[in-house]
Amino acid sequence: MSIPKFTYLAPKTLKEALIMRASHGSKSSIMAGGTDLLIKMGLRTLQPEFVIGLNSVPEIDYITLRPGGELAIGPMAKLSAVVEDAEVEKNFPALSEAASVTATVQIRNMGTLIGNICNASPSADNATPLMIYDTKVVIIRSDGERVVPIEEFFKGPGKSVLETGELVKEFLIPIPEKSTGSNYQKVSTRSKVDIAGICVSALLTLNNDGTVSKARIALGAVAPKPIRVVKAEKILTGKTPTKELFNDAAKIAREEASPISDMRASAEYRKAMVEVLTRRALDASLAAATKKKN
Amino acid sequence: MPKVNVKLKVNGDPYEVAVNPSGTLVEVLREDLHLTGTKIGCQTGDCGACTVLVNGKSVCSCLTLAVEAQEKEIITIEGVGLSYDKLHPIQEAFINEGAIQCGYCTPGMVLSAKHLLDKNPNPSELQIRQALSGNLCRCTGYARIVKAIEVAGEKMKNPVKEK
Repeated sequence: MSIPKFTYLAPKTLKEALIMRASHGSKSSIMAGGTDLLIKMGLRTLQPEFVIGLNSVPEIDYITLRPGGELAIGPMAKLSAVVEDAEVEKNFPALSEAASVTATVQIRNMGTLIGNICNASPSADNATPLMIYDTKVVIIRSDGERVVPIEEFFKGPGKSVLETGELVKEFLIPIPEKSTGSNYQKVSTRSKVDIAGICVSALLTLNNDGTVSKARIALGAVAPKPIRVVKAEKILTGKTPTKELFNDAAKIAREEASPISDMRASAEYRKAMVEVLTRRALDASLAAATKKKN
Repeated sequence: MPKVNVKLKVNGDPYEVAVNPSGTLVEVLREDLHLTGTKIGCQTGDCGACTVLVNGKSVCSCLTLAVEAQEKEIITIEGVGLSYDKLHPIQEAFINEGAIQCGYCTPGMVLSAKHLLDKNPNPSELQIRQALSGNLCRCTGYARIVKAIEVAGEKMKNPVKEK
């Protein structure tokens, strides 16, 4: 399985990459870690004439706290850097966990967080954590930039709002309020290395009186794209968390899921597991939020 | 498509080779530099037979373009040993613990083990197994490989002085 021939372009800035992308259009592909792109090229599902490698663009491999309380993640930040980052572990444990179970050690050393999202796989491990943390996707093109909330980024399997002349400059993730807990749950056939059969992320922020001030639930691998369960988030907000309330939210998540049957799991199993994993993720989020509040 | 000149630093030695831009690191290592210890397996990043270290990190050399490996420190199985005729403790432990059968996965296993032990000299069994999640072996069955890495870790912490 050799990789078909192409011309390799090595831009020195993101701006230069955009110019190359604009001039070669759909005949080109942007490459970050290459762990998805080169496989697709080997299988001939993608045959770009030009590969624009971000490898030689300096200073885009970063995970850094910005003044104003946002974590910024650059386009060449590897999944292993996300796993090892202390700020991510402290403030975004669901993302830390999801990144740590994405593929294998070698792939995490090569693949980037932003690349994982730009592929727009419905089952991408890191999509649902980024959704519960209200991640903003900063997209640049040669004549400007736009900011898209991550839940609007995905359009369908392999499809995102990214247009040909655009690329993702960075993710901005606001640091959650103090009394916030969050959690990531995943089921896959062959331990955690495997592509997720079902994944769920949840986040709860508590008021001083113990009621929920903010709730987020996101599901992966159970719809054509990762989805937020706004209906369930609404019934949680303003209420005191109880077992019954979490059961109701989990049932809504199950109803909102529209999975397919494939080699990883049947649609029925996925629906049943969405309910279980949502409940588990809410329980764990509540426990973490309660601990932080006290 | 014209070839491009690529400067590689492999096991401390500098090389300059003309490669196709689509040439992967494993192809160049094996076919141009004749370092055939690194194996080609699945070519989809699942099996780990092609594992090498790039700047100390384990990567799949089948999914790394040679043009992107320039100016980086590459370590292959040929460069793991302490000298030409002195094996690394991980290699010795693999032999002594019977962690090798057909040997095809072994170079990748050894480099993943080195990646782990260089960062964490005291891994638990679970950590060893997680560190090998990207390396498939179809004959020895992992138990002896895990044991070999435990033994190697101990040895690397307390090297026995030779007379």
